[in-house]
Amino acid sequence: MLTNRKSVTGLVVLGLFALLAALADVVAPYGPLEKDYTALKQPPSATHWLGTTHLGEDIFSQIAYGTRGVLLVGLTAGVLATVVAVVVGVSAGFLGGWRGESLSALSNVFLVLPALPLMIIVASQYDDPSLFLVAAVLAITGWAWGARVLRAQTMSLRSRDFVQAARANGEPLWRIITVEMLPNLTAVIASSFVGTVTAAVLGLTTLAFIGVIPITNLNWGTILYWAQQNGAFPDFWWWYVPAGLAIALLGAALSLISFGIDEYVNPRLRSAGERARSRKRLQKKRTKRSPA
Amino acid sequence: MNRDPVLSVSGLSVTYDVDPPVEAVRDVSLTVGQGEVLGLAGESGCGKSTLAYAVQRLLRPPAEITGGEVVLHDVGGSDVDLTVLPAAEMDRLRWDQIAMVFQGAMNSLNPVLSVGDQLADVFTRHRPAMRRAERTETCGALLEMVGVGANRLRSYPHELSGGMRQRVMIAMALALRPRLLIMDEPTTALDVLVQREILQEISRLREELGFSVVFITHDLPLLLEISDRIAVMRAGRVVETAPAADLYRHPQHEYTKRLLGSFPSLTGERGDFVRKGGVTV
Amino acid sequence: MRLLLRRAAFYLFTAWAAITINFFLPRMLKGDPVSAYLQKNQGRISPEAADALRTLFGLDTGKSLAEQYVDYWALLFSGDLGRSFSHGLAPVTEVIGAALPWTVGLVGIATVLSFLLGTTLGTLVGWFRGGRGDVIVPVATFFSAVPYFWMGLIAIAVFATGLGWFPASHAYGKGTSPELSAQFIGEVIAHGTLPALTVVLASLGGWVLGMRNMMITVLDEDYVTVAQAKGLSRRRVVFAYAARNAVLPQLSSFALALGFIVGGTLVMELVFSYPGVGKLLLDATTAKDYPLMQGLFLVITLTVLVANLCADVAYAALDPRTRQGES
Repeated sequence: MLTNRKSVTGLVVLGLFALLAALADVVAPYGPLEKDYTALKQPPSATHWLGTTHLGEDIFSQIAYGTRGVLLVGLTAGVLATVVAVVVGVSAGFLGGWRGESLSALSNVFLVLPALPLMIIVASQYDDPSLFLVAAVLAITGWAWGARVLRAQTMSLRSRDFVQAARANGEPLWRIITVEMLPNLTAVIASSFVGTVTAAVLGLTTLAFIGVIPITNLNWGTILYWAQQNGAFPDFWWWYVPAGLAIALLGAALSLISFGIDEYVNPRLRSAGERARSRKRLQKKRTKRSPA
Repeated sequence: MNRDPVLSVSGLSVTYDVDPPVEAVRDVSLTVGQGEVLGLAGESGCGKSTLAYAVQRLLRPPAEITGGEVVLHDVGGSDVDLTVLPAAEMDRLRWDQIAMVFQGAMNSLNPVLSVGDQLADVFTRHRPAMRRAERTETCGALLEMVGVGANRLRSYPHELSGGMRQRVMIAMALALRPRLLIMDEPTTALDVLVQREILQEISRLREELGFSVVFITHDLPLLLEISDRIAVMRAGRVVETAPAADLYRHPQHEYTKRLLGSFPSLTGERGDFVRKGGVTV
Repeated sequence: MRLLLRRAAFYLFTAWAAITINFFLPRMLKGDPVSAYLQKNQGRISPEAADALRTLFGLDTGKSLAEQYVDYWALLFSGDLGRSFSHGLAPVTEVIGAALPWTVGLVGIATVLSFLLGTTLGTLVGWFRGGRGDVIVPVATFFSAVPYFWMGLIAIAVFATGLGWFPASHAYGKGTSPELSAQFIGEVIAHGTLPALTVVLASLGGWVLGMRNMMITVLDEDYVTVAQAKGLSRRRVVFAYAARNAVLPQLSSFALALGFIVGGTLVMELVFSYPGVGKLLLDATTAKDYPLMQGLFLVITLTVLVANLCADVAYAALDPRTRQGES
C-alpha cells in the first residue's frame, strides 16, 4: 500500500504541512500578527511572499502558523472520533441482540443529525473555546460514520471461522476483540480516521470563517474570515486565495491517502490499475484479437 | 463416428500479461463435431475456463490470445476465424452461433433485472424485428422448456433457487438456438439430485435441438457418463483426447491414468481407495 | 414490507431523538437570555407567547422535567415554536416558513443535479478505466476537497464582481417583491445560478469518484461478462447491467451525505446572502435569538430526515432485493 502512487503523494503533501506547522517559527519570516504599517494590502513581493493584510500582517506567516491550529484540531478530533467509533461500532457489531441494535440506532441518529447547525449552536455558547473543546465538538458530530462502517465490518468478521474458533476455545471477549478482530479492522479504522480528519478540517475552517469560533484561534478559516470582513474581495486575491487553496490541498492529500487505503482493502480497484496498464500495452501492439 | 466439425481450435495460446507472464493455454488444438458432446476435463487452474473464454473472445486484459486460430464452420460451408473477426461482427455472432452457460448462476444473473428482461434483451439485440408480444411469448416458452415455468418471467434472480437459476441460464443460452453450447462447470455448485435433473434436461434438449456441447468440469466420472469424446487438460495443454469409452478403458497418458484413479469407485473393497491408491484400469 | 416497517421505525425514533435533543438544548446552554428578554419586553409580548417561550426554554421551574417535556410536545403539535426575538416577535414558524423554500429549492435542485451529473460522469470514467478519463481522479479529488464557501467567494469575485455576468447576492433584486411573474422568476434564476453552480461544482467530484469506484467493482462481476457474452450493445451493458447495480451504494451514500450537504449550503447562503434557513440560523446565532435557533435546528433536522426517507424509497424502488425484506 505504501508503494501506491496516490497514497505516497498524499503522505508527502501531508508531511509537508506537518513540517510547516512544526517549523513555523523557523520558516515564517514574521509573526502571524506582526503588523507592518508601511506595507498595507500589498500584493506578493520579495519581502512578503504572499502579500499583506489590511493591517500589514504577512499572509504567508499567517498561513504557516495557521497550519498548527488546523492540524492540531483536525488530528485531535480525528483521534477522539475514531476512538468513539471503534468502541461503539465494534461493540455494536460484536454484541448483536438488543444491545447491538441500540448502539446501532444511536450511531444512526448521530449520522442523520445535521452536523453544522449543531456545531454552530454549541460553539456559539463559548466565548473562548480551547482547541480541545473545538476538537471535541467536531468529534461529536463526526464519529457516527466510522461507527457504522466498523459495525458492518465487525459483523462480517464475527461470523468468520477464526473468530468462531476463538470463541469455541473459550477466549475471553476482550481478547477476541483486541487480538483477533482489531488487526483485521485496521484498514477500515485507518480509512475512517482519515475521513474524520478531513471532515474536521473542513468543519473547523468553516466554523472559523463564519465567525462562530472566536478569532483567537488562528487557522486558515480565520484568515478567510478577516479577509471577508475587511473587504478583500474581489481585488486582494492574495489574501483569500492561498488560504482556500491550502484547505483544498490538505483535504486532497488526505483523500489520496484514503484512496490508497481503499485500494488496499478492495483488490479490484488495485488490479484495475494493473489491467489498465496491460490494456495500454495491448492497444499499442494493435492486435485485433482483443474484444472491444 | 465422423461428424462435420462445428468448431476447430488449432494451436491456440493464451497468456496473462502479468509479471512474470503466465501461459494459461499452450498450443491447444481440438475439434467439436456437429451434435457431439466434448468433455473438457482437468483440475482447477489447468486453463479450461480460459480456453472457453478465449474461444468466445471474452478475455479481458491482462489475458490475451498470443497464437493460433479458432475456426467456426458455418452451415453454409464458410469458415470464420473468430480470433481476427472485427468486434461488431463478433458481437452479432455471439449467442447466435455460440452460447455459454457460466459457472455459478448465483452471480451470473443481473440482480436488478427480472428474469424475463434478461431473456428478452437477447432477442432485442439479435432479433430486432420481433415485437414485444412475440418476445414475451418466446421467453415464456423458453422457461417452460427448461422446466422453470412461464409464470417466473417477472421474478428476480434472488427469488429463485440455485437449480432454477441454472435452468434460467440454460434457457438464456439456448434462446437463439445456437449451434454450440459451452458449459463451464454448470452443475458444480448444485447438489447431486439437482445436478442429475439438470443433466437430464440438457440431454433432452440436445436431442430435441441438436446442438453441440463443450462440457467443462473437473468431474471426470461425470464426463465419462455424458460425453462422446473427452479432452484432458493439464497446465494449459491438452494431454489426451479420445472417445469416452476408450479413455476409460485404455488411457494413454500418465496424467489421465492418475486422474481416473483419483475418484473412488463404488465397487471394490472398502478402504481400497485411500489405502491402496484406488482403481486402476 | 418488513424492511419498510423497520425503516419507518428508525425514522420515527430519530425524529423523536432530534426533538428530545432540541428540548434539552436550551437547557444546556449557558446563561438565560430568554428570561432577561421576557422581563425587558413585559408589555409587548402576549401571555400565551410568553408561556410558550417559557415552555420551550425550560423556564417554568414550577414544573418537573417530565411535565415540561409533555408541555413541550403539546406545544410542538399545536405548531408553535415560539417567537423570534430578532424578527419583531413574529412566530418562529412564519419566519422559518419564509426561508425554507429558498433553501430546499436551491439546494435540492443543485444537489440532485450534481448527483445525476456526477454519477453519469463516474459511470463513463469507470467504464473506460485506464483510459484518458482517469485524469479525472486527481481533478475530482482536488475539487471535492475545496470548501464550498471558498469556491463561492471565488465565483463571486470572478463572475459577479469581475465579469458582471451574475448578481453577487440575494435571491432576487432589491425592491422586487415576491410574486408569480416572469420578471420575478427571471430574477430568481439569475440570482440563483451562481450559488447553484457552486454547490454543483463543489460536490460533483465526490459523486464522480464514488461512482467510478463502484463501476470498477461491478465490472468484475460475472453478470457483466454474461451480458458481453450475449453480444449486447455496449450501451446496454454499461447502463442496464453495470451502472444500475453500481448506483445502489451511491444512493445510500447520497442519503447519508445529506447532513453534510446541509452544512455546506449553510455557509454558501452566508457567502451569497441567500435568504435561506442557513443564513437565518447564522443571523439568529449572532443576534442570540434562541427561539429561532431552536426552531431552525428542529426544522433542519426534520427536513434532512425527510430527504433521507425519500432516498430510501428511491433505493427500494431500484433494488428488487430490498422488497424481499432483507435488511
